[in-house]
Amino acid sequence: MIPFDYAPASDPDSAVAAVTARPGAAYLGGGTNLVDHMKLGVATPDLLVDVTRLPLDRIEELPDGGLRIGATVRNSDLAAHPAVRRRHAVLSQALLAGASGQLRNSATTAGNLLQRTRCGYFQDVTTPCNKREPGTGCAAVGGWNRHHAVLGASEHCLAVHPSDMAVAMSVLDAVVTVLGEDGERRVPLGEFHRLPGDSPEQDTVLAHGELVTSVELPPLPAGARSGYLKVRDRASFAFALVSAGAVLAVEDGRVRESRIAFGGLAHKPWRATYAEEALRGAAATDEAFREAADAELRHAQPLPGNAFKIPMTRNTLAALLRELATEVRS
Amino acid sequence: MPHRRCHQRAAYAQVWHRAVGWYWGGVDFQLTLRVDGEARSLTVDTRTTLLDTLRDRLSVTSPKKGCDHGQCGACTVLLDGRRVLSCLTLAVAHDGAEVTTAGGLASADGELHPLQRAFLDHDGFQCGYCTPGQICSAAGMLAEAAAGHPSAVTAAADDGPDSQGGPDGTVALSDDEIRERMSGNLCRCGAYVNIVAAIREVSAK
Repeated sequence: MIPFDYAPASDPDSAVAAVTARPGAAYLGGGTNLVDHMKLGVATPDLLVDVTRLPLDRIEELPDGGLRIGATVRNSDLAAHPAVRRRHAVLSQALLAGASGQLRNSATTAGNLLQRTRCGYFQDVTTPCNKREPGTGCAAVGGWNRHHAVLGASEHCLAVHPSDMAVAMSVLDAVVTVLGEDGERRVPLGEFHRLPGDSPEQDTVLAHGELVTSVELPPLPAGARSGYLKVRDRASFAFALVSAGAVLAVEDGRVRESRIAFGGLAHKPWRATYAEEALRGAAATDEAFREAADAELRHAQPLPGNAFKIPMTRNTLAALLRELATEVRS
Repeated sequence: MPHRRCHQRAAYAQVWHRAVGWYWGGVDFQLTLRVDGEARSLTVDTRTTLLDTLRDRLSVTSPKKGCDHGQCGACTVLLDGRRVLSCLTLAVAHDGAEVTTAGGLASADGELHPLQRAFLDHDGFQCGYCTPGQICSAAGMLAEAAAGHPSAVTAAADDGPDSQGGPDGTVALSDDEIRERMSGNLCRCGAYVNIVAAIREVSAK
C-alpha cells in the first residue's frame, strides 16, 4: 500500500473541496471495498477524506410515504429499519442477500452504490484490464468469464456491477443526491451507473470530488408488492450469478404495474424495460412471467462461459414474480 | 579497489534508502483505542489496519489474520459493540473507539463468556484458528438478533417488522438463521455442525 494522508471531514462542503482539489484523493466510507483495493494495488489514493462522521447517517420518513437515506447509513441499519421492511421490502431483502453480517455493519449506502466490480482480472494487477488501466485490454474477453455480463457489455469490458442494493433501488426509482463544488444535483439511479462503452474506467456519472449525500425513495404504488431473489454459487456470502428485484401490482389477475431489474447481468443494475412492457396488462401467470423475461433476454449476448445465465435469469424472474403475485392475491 | 567499491555501495545504499524513505515513508497518526477495557495510545502509520494494530503493535493476538481480504471472518472484533472485520478497518478512522476481541469477552476474574464455554462444551472447533472470530461474530450476531435485526432467512418470509419475532421484538434463531447470520465466518476444519450447536445453546438461554 502506498502512503496516504488521512483527514476526517468536518462538513460535507469542505470534504468536497478537499477531494476536488487533489486528483489522488478519495472518500473513505466503511472501507470494505476500498481498503481491500489499496492492499491489492488496484486503488492508490494519496489522501483519504473520511466522511463516516458527517451527519449523513439518518433515515427520514418523508410525508408522501417515501424515504430519504443518508449516505453513511450502514447497510445493516438500513436493512433492519422498520419503514424499509414495511414499505420497501425489496431493499431490505437485497441488502440482507449481500455480503456478511460483519461487512454490512461497516458498509455504507453510498459505498455500496460505488463499490467496484469483483471481476477477477480487475482485482489482479498482473493482468490487463481496461477498467483498472485504460488501454491495456480486457482479459475476460476470451478468458474466464463465467461471472461476466450478458447485457450491455462492450469489447473493452465485460464486468458486472456487484451490488444487490443498487438493483433494489433501481426498481424503487431511487434518486441519488450528489454534492459537488457547484452545489447539489439529483441523479436518477438508472442514470447513476454507466455502461462500459469505450471508457469502462468510469463506473458512474460522478465527477472527481462529487460526494453522494443521500438516496431518496418515492413511495411504492398503491397495492404493489416488492421483493428480491438472488442465485449464487453457495447459500450465503457470495456475489450474484443472477438476481432479480421487482415491484408488482396485480389487479383482477392482470398486471397493473411492474418494475423489474436484474443484477449479475450487466455493468449496471439492469432495468428490464422490455420485460416491463411485455407484462403491462398481461395475465399474472407463470407463462407471462417467462415471456417477459424472454422479451428482455432477446437482447442478451451470452459468452461461452456464461450462457447458463439466460435460462437462470428466466427462472429467477418467474419465481420472484410468481411469489409476489401470490402474495398480492392472498 | 575493493575498499572504494564498498564505499560507493554504501553511498548508493544511503541515497536509495533516502529515496525509498521519501517515497514509501508513511504518514503517522496518533490515536487512542480502548482495547478489551484498557486504554491504549500509540502512533500508527495511516496504512495500518485495526487487525495489524492489535496484533503487531499492541500484542493483542486474539483476532487472527486469515485471508486479510474480508472473506474469512477470522479477524472479527466488536468495534463500539458491533462485529466488523478488523482486516478491512483502518485504525486511523477509529480514534477513541472501543474494541473488544474474543480474548476480552471473558470476565475479569477469568470466568469464560457463555459462548466460549459453549464452544468448549460442544467441541466447536478443530485447529482453533477461526475460533476467536467465530466467537466475536456470534456475540455480535446474538446482539443483532436481540435488537430485532432480520437476516436473509427472516426476510424470505418478511411481511415487515410487525410480523417477526417474539413479543419483545427479538428474532428466535433456528439453525438456518444461525447458519445464515454466521456465513461471514469460514472454518476450514469444517466444525460447522458443532459451532451451530454451541451458538444454538447460548441463543436459547
